[in-house]
This record gives sequence, C-alpha cells and structure tokens, in this order.
Amino acid sequence: MDLNLTAEESAFRDELHGWLAANAPQDWNEWREKPLDESFSYLRAWQRKLHEGRWAAVSWPKEYGGRSATLMQQALFWEEMARVDAPPMVNALGLGLIGPTIIACGTDAQKERYIRKILSAEEIWCQGFSEPNAGSDLAGLQTEARLDGDHYIVNGQKVWTSYGSFGDWCELVVRTDPGVAKHKGLTVLLVDMKSPGVEVRPLRQMTGESEFSELFFRDVRVPAENTLGKVNDGWNVAMSTLMYERGSYGARLHLIFKRFITRLIELARTVQRNGRPAAEDPLIRQKLAQLSAEIEIMRFNQMRAFSRITATGVPGPEGSLQKIFWSELNQRLQQIAQELLGSYGQLLGGDPHAIDNGIWSYAYLRTRGNTIEAGTSEVQRNIIGHFVLGLPRSY
Amino acid sequence: MQFGLTESQEFLKNSARQFFAGECPSAEMRRLMATDTAYDAVLWSKLADQGYTGIIYPEAYGGVSLGKVELMLLLEEAGRALLPGPFFSTVVLAGSVLDAVGTPAHKKQYLEPICKGEVRSTVAILEAGASWNLQDIQLGASNGKLNGEKLFVPDAAVADFLIVIARNGIFLVNAEARGLTISPMSGMDLTRKLYVVRFNNTPVEEIGPNLDLARALDISTAALAAELVGGMQRTLDVTVEYAKTRKQFGKPIGMFQAVQHQCADMYLETESSRSAVYYAGWALEENAPDAATAVSIAKMYCSDAARTVGNRGIQIHGGMGFTWENDLHLYYRRAKASETAFGDATFHRERIASMVIDSGSVSAKSA
Ligand SMILES: Cc1cc2nc3c(=O)[nH]c(=O)nc-3n(C[C@H](O)[C@H](O)[C@H](O)COP(=O)(O)OP(=O)(O)OC[C@H]3O[C@@H](n4cnc5c(N)ncnc54)[C@H](O)[C@@H]3O)c2cc1C
Repeated sequence: MDLNLTAEESAFRDELHGWLAANAPQDWNEWREKPLDESFSYLRAWQRKLHEGRWAAVSWPKEYGGRSATLMQQALFWEEMARVDAPPMVNALGLGLIGPTIIACGTDAQKERYIRKILSAEEIWCQGFSEPNAGSDLAGLQTEARLDGDHYIVNGQKVWTSYGSFGDWCELVVRTDPGVAKHKGLTVLLVDMKSPGVEVRPLRQMTGESEFSELFFRDVRVPAENTLGKVNDGWNVAMSTLMYERGSYGARLHLIFKRFITRLIELARTVQRNGRPAAEDPLIRQKLAQLSAEIEIMRFNQMRAFSRITATGVPGPEGSLQKIFWSELNQRLQQIAQELLGSYGQLLGGDPHAIDNGIWSYAYLRTRGNTIEAGTSEVQRNIIGHFVLGLPRSY
Repeated sequence: MQFGLTESQEFLKNSARQFFAGECPSAEMRRLMATDTAYDAVLWSKLADQGYTGIIYPEAYGGVSLGKVELMLLLEEAGRALLPGPFFSTVVLAGSVLDAVGTPAHKKQYLEPICKGEVRSTVAILEAGASWNLQDIQLGASNGKLNGEKLFVPDAAVADFLIVIARNGIFLVNAEARGLTISPMSGMDLTRKLYVVRFNNTPVEEIGPNLDLARALDISTAALAAELVGGMQRTLDVTVEYAKTRKQFGKPIGMFQAVQHQCADMYLETESSRSAVYYAGWALEENAPDAATAVSIAKMYCSDAARTVGNRGIQIHGGMGFTWENDLHLYYRRAKASETAFGDATFHRERIASMVIDSGSVSAKSA
C-alpha cells in the first residue's frame, strides 16, 4: 500500500487541472438551484464537453472512451472536479451503472451503438427495474415480453423510475419465461423510450419535485437484438447493474459530503450557541468531528472496495456495505446540519432568510430516499447477512 | 394513584378525534395547507362551537375551565389530524400568555374573544438570533412604540392582534397598527405558516412584565409536544396497517423482523412520548414543583421521537413513503418544525441538566 502520487498520477492530475481551468463553466451558481427540467440542457452541454476532453468516464476502458484510470486516478478525478466546484454529469445512471453493464454484458454491436452516446449525454438513460408489486422483491416483477418474430412485445408497468421523464433509453427488466422459478425467467432489454406505447407519468416526490416517474408499456415493440446479455439471464445482468450502483456511487458522494461538512464547519463559526460561536460548543464539536471522521471512513471503505474490484473485475455483494454507509451517513449529516441551523434549517429555497438558499431543508427531506433507493437498508442488511456472512436466509 | 385518563377525559379525547376526522380529514388538511394562511373561517367557528377555543380558560371569560391534561388530549388529537391554521398560535400560545400575565381588563378585552372564537392571535418571540432563551431578546419598546423585527412568527397574517415578547415587557399590537408589516417565510411545515413581523414606530399596549411568561411558555411547549404525540400515533397507525397489507416475497412485509422491530420501536417511542406529555400536563395543572422539568422532559423526548418515528414510517413505506401523495411527509415536516420550536432536544436537555445537576450541587453544598 502506498498512497503517494506516482509520476503518472501527478501527470494525470496536472492534465485534468489544466483542462478544467480552461473548460469548467464559471456560471454554475446561476443554475445550481434551478429545477432539473430547466438546467437539463446546460448540464447536458457540460457533460458533452467533458466527453470531448475524454473525461466523462475516466474509469472506463480506453477503447470505450475512458482512460482505464486506476483507483487513485479516479479519486483524483473526483477531487479535482470538487475543487473547481464543477457541475455534476447529467447522465448519471448511464455513466455509473448502465454503461458499465453494457460494457460487461453487451455485444460488440451494442457497445458500438450505445456507449459513445452515453458518454456525450446525447442519450440519457434510466433504469426500469421496480414495479408497483416488485420493489425489494425485484425478481417478482411482472412486466412481460413475448417474442413475436424478431421483436419482443412488452406490456406492463414500472415505477419510481429516476430521470424517467428525461430518458431516451431504458434498461428494462422483463419477464420472458413465466413458467420457471422467478429469478430464472427474466431478461434485460434496452428500450427506446420514444417507441410507440411507452407512456411516462411524472410522480411527485416528498421534496416537491418530480425526479422519478411511472412508466407504462402497452404493446411496445422492442427489437430482439436489444437484449442485453442472454435471454432468461436477466437476473444476473440486473444484479451487475445493482452492484455497480451500490458499490461505486460512494466515490462521487464522498466529495459532496466533504463539501457539506466543510460548509457546516464554516457555518458553525458564525452561528451562535449559548452566546458563543457554535464551533466552540463541545457538543457541536463532537458531532462535527464524528461526521468528518465518518466521511473519511466512507472514503477508505470505498478505496478498498475499488482495489478489490480492480483485482476481481466485478463488484460483489460487499457493495451493500457502501450503500448502507453512505445513505445512513447522509441522513445523520443532514440531521446535524438541522440541529446546527436551528429554526433557519426549516426554511425552503426562495426564502430570503434561508441559509444557502434552502439546500439544507431540501437535503434533509431528500436524504430520506437514500435508504430506500437502490435497495433499502433492510435489503442491504439481508444481503450482507446471507451473501457475505453466510447466515441462513431470513426471508 | 391512577395514571390513566378519567371517563370524561376519555370522552373528550374520543369526541375530539371524531370531530377532527369529520371536519379536517386529509383532503381538507391538504386543501388548507395549499392556501396562503391555512386558515378557514368555517372550521374556526366549528372549533369554537365545540368549546375548543376556550378549553382551559375561566368561564368568566367565556372559557370551559378544563385542565391542562385535557389541553394535552385535545392537542394530541389536533396533531393526529395535522390540523392546519392558527389554533395553536391563538388558543394555546396567545391564550396562555394573556391568561398568565393580563389584568382582568386585558382578559376581558382579548382573552374572551379568543375563547368565543371571534379572533385569531399569535405570539412573536424569536429574533434574528433565533434563540429560545428569553434573555437573548433584544427588541424593546420605548415611549409606547416598537421598532425592529421578529422572525418565525406563526400564523401572523391571520392574527387580529399580536403579542410581542420584548426585552422590557409583553406588548400587544393591533393588526391594523401603524408601521406593522407582516411578510411570509417559507418553511418545511406547510400546515403552519411562518412570518417576519416588522415594526416601524408601531404603537403598542403593554400587558405585563415578562416575569410571568415562563408558565405560559411551558404550557405551550407541552401542548406542542402533545401535537407531536398525535402525529406519531397517526404515523404508527398507517405504517402498521401498511406493514400488514403490503406484500413482498409473497408475505406481508410486517412478517420480516427488520420491519416488525421498527414498528415496535415506533410504538415504544410513541407511548413513551405520550407518558411524558400526560405527566407534564398533570404537573402543570397541579403546579407541581417539577412541572418545568416535566415539560422539558416531554419536549426533549418528543422532539427526537417524532423525527425517528417519521423516519421509520417513511422507510417502511419504501418508495411509496417518498411520494408527495402520501401524507407521511406532511407529518414529518411538522415534526421538523416543531422539533426546533420552543427549543430542540439539546436546548431542553440543557434545561434538564441545570435543574437536575446544578440544583443538585446546590443542595449538596448546603448539606
Ligand atoms: C428516490 C428514489 C429513486 C428511485 N429510483 C429508481 C429507479 O431509477 N429505477 C428503479 O427501478 N427503481 C427506483 N427506485 C425504487 C427503489 O429501488 C424501491 O423503492 C426499493 O427497492 C424498495 O421497493 P418498494 O418501494 O417496493 O418497497 P417494498 O419492497 O415494498 O419495501 C417496503 C419495506 O419493507 C421492507 N422489506 C421488504 N422486503 C424485506 C425483507 N425481505 N426483509 C426485511 N425488510 C424487507 C423494505 O426494506 C421497506 O422498508 C427509487 C426509489 C426512490 C425512493
């Protein structure tokens, strides 16, 4: 183990540093607080620019537009992005989960067709897994696909689909064989969201905005060549997507959390508590110190997990540890932010008295979704108990 | 000793529950929440017809002279329905301040119309420092005028008069008074609206010194905690119902221990909150020596419990719990606003510490 920068890593960082200095947008603050439907094309343009500089997915292999970046280089990438406060990449699911799944399970023709447009944000992806009656029990899903010549005919409903209303393509899990055990009859299809028979209805979240949607499929024709992986092997394909989702999301989050805690510490110096700056209050000091420490531990966990993935080639069920850690840490962080901000914490964006234009009240509510999305904390603990620790199955 | 409700208390609680279920069901609560002030005149007159607007005040002023335990029960049921609008601000907050500090003439003039349901009111306490410590109040009246501002004032836009806690006394300001401006703040709790209240040479009437304020604030703090108990109960009820009916892996999710134990924890926290609130109500009613401690115990415990009960309720509902259409988040938003109002758990732990630790050291010294 050696965490000093090698010459190669320094060169990587310097190159990125120079590129960001020349290309990172200066007007992100004007867009940051706007709803996604207003800032979407702005963010799309930013991702396209990153792609042109070959920075959109540094961890991906070179032949697919990445830089085959090492673990350390990936960490450097996110650090530099955070340092210049660069906007996020809008095709998050495409870059983080679905692209890697296509690279791992797709045919050469599929990689050729989809990968570049994921990188350039020309095509935005969403993940059509959950259904009204199949959330935690994903394998119980009922959306069916029937082969009709060289097309599948898809019928059914998905729910909670993030970016559903922006999606050009969807990684859709469907049932192709209702006659076998529920995990065995599933297949993953890559579905053009503009196909006739696809209907998207935005759902309003408890935060007030509509980040996710319901998707309805009525006799939607999907070319059989859009099957990702093998027919009736969809469970394994979907699992590899979920493992990317659980295992790798933390890298980006570390920097977001780091920004939150840095800002909180800054605020603690000005907010008064018992007639002194809160930063001098022993209780607040303990809480902020605990958060800072846990944010570092999250990063160390992440780095070890990355090393393991680099060695084995695929993320494993240990990713559940990361998922539990970041989601529950984020909730603790937002609660402590609320305690620090007191009555001001409740103010929403747009209120002239709100601190940081209401991001704290928004984040407080939004983090409730963190322990539900990408598999609930209960399900992640089941996975650790059974698949990592070898305990008997509990359900 | 009998730490349970009497028959008439049971009756009051049940009829309040029925009243709110009938007059303020979820759809009505959501309709009111979407209005600017969350106030509805028709609902208000029905609250008055029930005697709720005068519940703890003397009959001489049009009240019904019930005790603080009854007040807790009523607020618990209001909290269960997430009753929007200025009931707490008017009846509990302004009413108890007037009751505690006003002269008979003030009570006749201001408390009586509150009891009769003829007016709305509120109390302005917080300033830019947002401290619940009354010693931190800066605003002061001079020559019968106020200059400055108060923040986070609940329901100010529908108040016919406002009670302002100042450094040098408690003052009453008419809603029509010169130099008074009221502008909305936008908070997480959509059912209880908050305002900035500004005074510019605004004429005020003094109604008393703020020496006697502690008791009125204790009553209000306990009543707010009682509201939280009702909200917790509602969250628990709908969550248990959901856990019995929602199926995954071919079973009701309530069969999974991870879910069942969370429901059990919600129950534990709700019941413990209720015990603390009922005791605080009794101690306030009896003027027990530990009344102030009991109020802080209740507010401290309920502030945290309402949030964790909400967390678990949303979690057990999965994606459904994260939607706008589900009422859980509305209770969760109220829980957050009430968590900080009248001091959060840390504030009250500090108060408890000074009462049980510091006063303990005093008696040790004198022994
Ligand atoms: C913000 C957000 C974004 C989302 N984005 C997407 C998306 O883009 N694409 C997509 O497909 N889905 C998405 N989802 C859906 C998410 O994956 C599901 O909500 C989640 O898997 C839970 O499923 P459910 O909502 O049906 O809850 P349920 O599965 O009904 O769970 C209800 C409760 O029961 C518990 N439970 C269930 N089974 C067990 C068990 N065996 N043991 C113990 N406890 C159990 C759960 O933990 C939960 O607390 C999103 C959800 C949210 C909140």
